[in-house]
Amino acid sequence: MSSHVDPSAPLQGEPTKNTQRKLKKEMRTQLVSFVLMIFITSMAFLSIASDAIPSGFAIPFILLLAAIQVTLQLYFFMHMNEKGTAWVNIMIWSGLFIAVLTVAALMLLIGVVKY
Amino acid sequence: MAENEAMEQQQTLPPNPEKATLEGRNKYLGFWFFLGGETVLFGSLFGTYLGLRSGVLDGPGPADLFHLDLVFIMTMILLTSSLTSVFAVINMKRGNYKGLLIWMWATVALGVAFLVFEIYEFYEYYHQGLGFSTSAFASAFYTLVGTHGAHVLFGVLWITTLLIRYRKSGLTLTNAPKFYTAVLYWHFIDVVWVFIFTVVYLLGIGG
Repeated sequence: MSSHVDPSAPLQGEPTKNTQRKLKKEMRTQLVSFVLMIFITSMAFLSIASDAIPSGFAIPFILLLAAIQVTLQLYFFMHMNEKGTAWVNIMIWSGLFIAVLTVAALMLLIGVVKY
Repeated sequence: MAENEAMEQQQTLPPNPEKATLEGRNKYLGFWFFLGGETVLFGSLFGTYLGLRSGVLDGPGPADLFHLDLVFIMTMILLTSSLTSVFAVINMKRGNYKGLLIWMWATVALGVAFLVFEIYEFYEYYHQGLGFSTSAFASAFYTLVGTHGAHVLFGVLWITTLLIRYRKSGLTLTNAPKFYTAVLYWHFIDVVWVFIFTVVYLLGIGG
């Protein structure tokens, strides 16, 4: 690439063979993770809708399913599994860490004291 | 002479056009920093909701209001819109600008469908006696789910603006990071919804 880049010039040409192969593979990965997410979501809804599953099992089960589904979203749909995402991982995981502490603290402080 | 050079200047498609310039890389990193902050924002709203959800006073409670079928449809709409935006990014990396625009429009359409369902949902709840200040549960519920809905609305407006502004420009190093960050935002909306349908709706009915 030349030293002067015009960022408003339309990009021309095809991606390289290597990139095309990667994109084809990615398409497959993304479709598989989408099917998995549909399956996980349906399982979560079914375990609550069905009377056969006791709620003592269903509640931890759907929380686990939510955690799996979010991981799929972050690492496949949002590409956090790729190289060069160290800072991205640090930011999201610190955000989640503080969010978990916040949820626990608020639940206990408001919930236990008031109800 | 200089004009001729400008005319002939063409950029070839890099493998990751959204990260090909310093500006693009900065946008990408800065946007994730913002998403880390958004996580904490929603964390505090979830914490408040979980603390207050049993405070229903005389108003209707979660089990009286929520219907699984409506929530299931909304979840599927949002999940599918996440997939269409993935397709948009794959088309962008292929250099297929038309494909990018079409899949982004599909994402916008699904986002609007989601909003219509949510407005219908809130309208129904209001007519069943759940006003914003009816109970602690009502306020916490409307704030949490409403903030998410506001994010969906903002995402729809953002992507629509990009689509209209860049309808004819073709894929450039300027607009590739813009579309990419908008898609990241859209996925993040779906991430939040996963927790909402689990914690608010499924636990509200089953727990």
